[in-house]
Amino acid sequence: MSIEETQDAITEEFSLLDGDREMAVFYLMELGQKLPEMPEADKTEDNVVKGCQSKVWLSGQIQDGKVQFVADSNTAITKGLVSLLVRIFNGQTPDAILNANLTFMNRIGMERFIGTQRSNGFGAMIKQMKLYALAFKTKMQVNS
Amino acid sequence: MTSSPAVARVLDVEAIRKQFPILHQQVNGRDLVYFDNAATSQKPLVVIDALIGYYKGYNANIHRGIHTLAEKATKAYEETRHTARTFINARSEQEIIFTRGVTESLNLVASSYGRAFLKTNDEIIISGLEHHSNIVPWQIVCEATGAVLRVIPVLENGALDMEAYKKLLSPRTRVVSVNHASNSLGTINPVKEIIALAHAAGAVAVIDGAQTGAHVVIDVQDLDCDFYCLSSHKMYGPTGTGLLYGKRELLEKMPPYQAGGEMIKDVTFAKTTYNDLPYKFEAGTPNIADVVAYKYAMDFILDLGRENIATHEHALLTYATERVSALKGVRLIGTAPQKVGVLSFGVEGIHHFDIGQMLDSRGIAVRTGHHCTQPLMECFQVEGTVRASFAVYNTKKEIDQLVEGLERIINFMK
Repeated sequence: MSIEETQDAITEEFSLLDGDREMAVFYLMELGQKLPEMPEADKTEDNVVKGCQSKVWLSGQIQDGKVQFVADSNTAITKGLVSLLVRIFNGQTPDAILNANLTFMNRIGMERFIGTQRSNGFGAMIKQMKLYALAFKTKMQVNS
Repeated sequence: MTSSPAVARVLDVEAIRKQFPILHQQVNGRDLVYFDNAATSQKPLVVIDALIGYYKGYNANIHRGIHTLAEKATKAYEETRHTARTFINARSEQEIIFTRGVTESLNLVASSYGRAFLKTNDEIIISGLEHHSNIVPWQIVCEATGAVLRVIPVLENGALDMEAYKKLLSPRTRVVSVNHASNSLGTINPVKEIIALAHAAGAVAVIDGAQTGAHVVIDVQDLDCDFYCLSSHKMYGPTGTGLLYGKRELLEKMPPYQAGGEMIKDVTFAKTTYNDLPYKFEAGTPNIADVVAYKYAMDFILDLGRENIATHEHALLTYATERVSALKGVRLIGTAPQKVGVLSFGVEGIHHFDIGQMLDSRGIAVRTGHHCTQPLMECFQVEGTVRASFAVYNTKKEIDQLVEGLERIINFMK
């Protein structure tokens, strides 16, 4: 699935919640619960995303030219939020991640149900993931 | 005693609610439940009308104008001082200084009194229950003067360890500064005893009344405190104003805190003489509109009667404590026998941010986090709590809504 297709799928899922904030919060927490577990060893200070009020750990790897992220958070809602990004970006190439235009947040009205502070934290997660993509791209260019 | 003439009666909360327009709205599709009163309380129509009335009718700079509007504004501003004197039973209006609120009041005392009268190895005692605003100003004074900060420990139930306090007091103690009630836990401290012990040791006593102004009868003469601080916005009044009460003899000998207009008598390039109390401490154009409206907030409290308010809020706290503590995994933080209407708690396995967000999605406003009391949170070994804090307009039905919201999230997470 391309980044665009995953964004469309997420938008559609959230549209089923009919703008009900409580249901959106529960849905996010549910998505967070489904996020594959991050190995405890990866939850290092270096992997903490700066700029989030909750604690968010994120690390990435590249396999056969495709990026794989693992993530976790100490709060359930934020874990749900980061799970959306993991779903969108996992299996994509560094170039696709770097060029991605994330529109689903506006389309589902995310800021309305998570507030400005968490939205800022969400921006920090995206930035961190793009930095990973940039590092992998650079590494691939050096190696080739 | 203060002149609190309100007769003991059961308050008509529905009638009170009608005076708070903000309460009658839907948030996220449900009736708003406002339980963040320890952060700031909502404002009754009398206060809102007073603000509008001031700007529509008699906005003018005070004290030096000779025109009619300036007269009117000055009179209204000084009427608030008069009401404030009555509200806390100060001896004189000269002992009432308008500030931006408790934070500025504490900074004023720490800076003016602290820098003038503290020296190396003098000791300042605060408590483990303090808000950062009653910690950091004293740390700054310690850095400037070489004085040392001592902290009264907190017992497991959130009350102060009075035995430890007695041991901390010594001839080196110069200042004791504690809150009347804790913003994080609600504990009402035995300030009268704390003040008497401070005086016996030769120290001055400063009381942060941020959490008591709207909830407890305050009589500064009976308490015999040297300083008492209030914030208007936590007392149904406007934001951006509050007061510092200080005993006249202390205020007289303290140097000015800020300099500018109003606080001077005569200025020449060679020497300036300072104005009399309380103006010595009110440099520049004050927050006239909010001070004017603050009077209406104090009158609102006096009319209801602080004892009546306390009775209502105590009933809410008792009910909320009973219902919330019965929920699975809940740990109450702060169970001292004497409390204002603050219920702080955590739920095992659920982060307080998630609880706060979840409750917000149901229109319920609570506070989550460390409540500007990081050392206290450390003492309870938590990162933060969920805090529901009550005011006179809250109801048991709203507590039921809180419990229902908590049940939903607890059931979901298990």
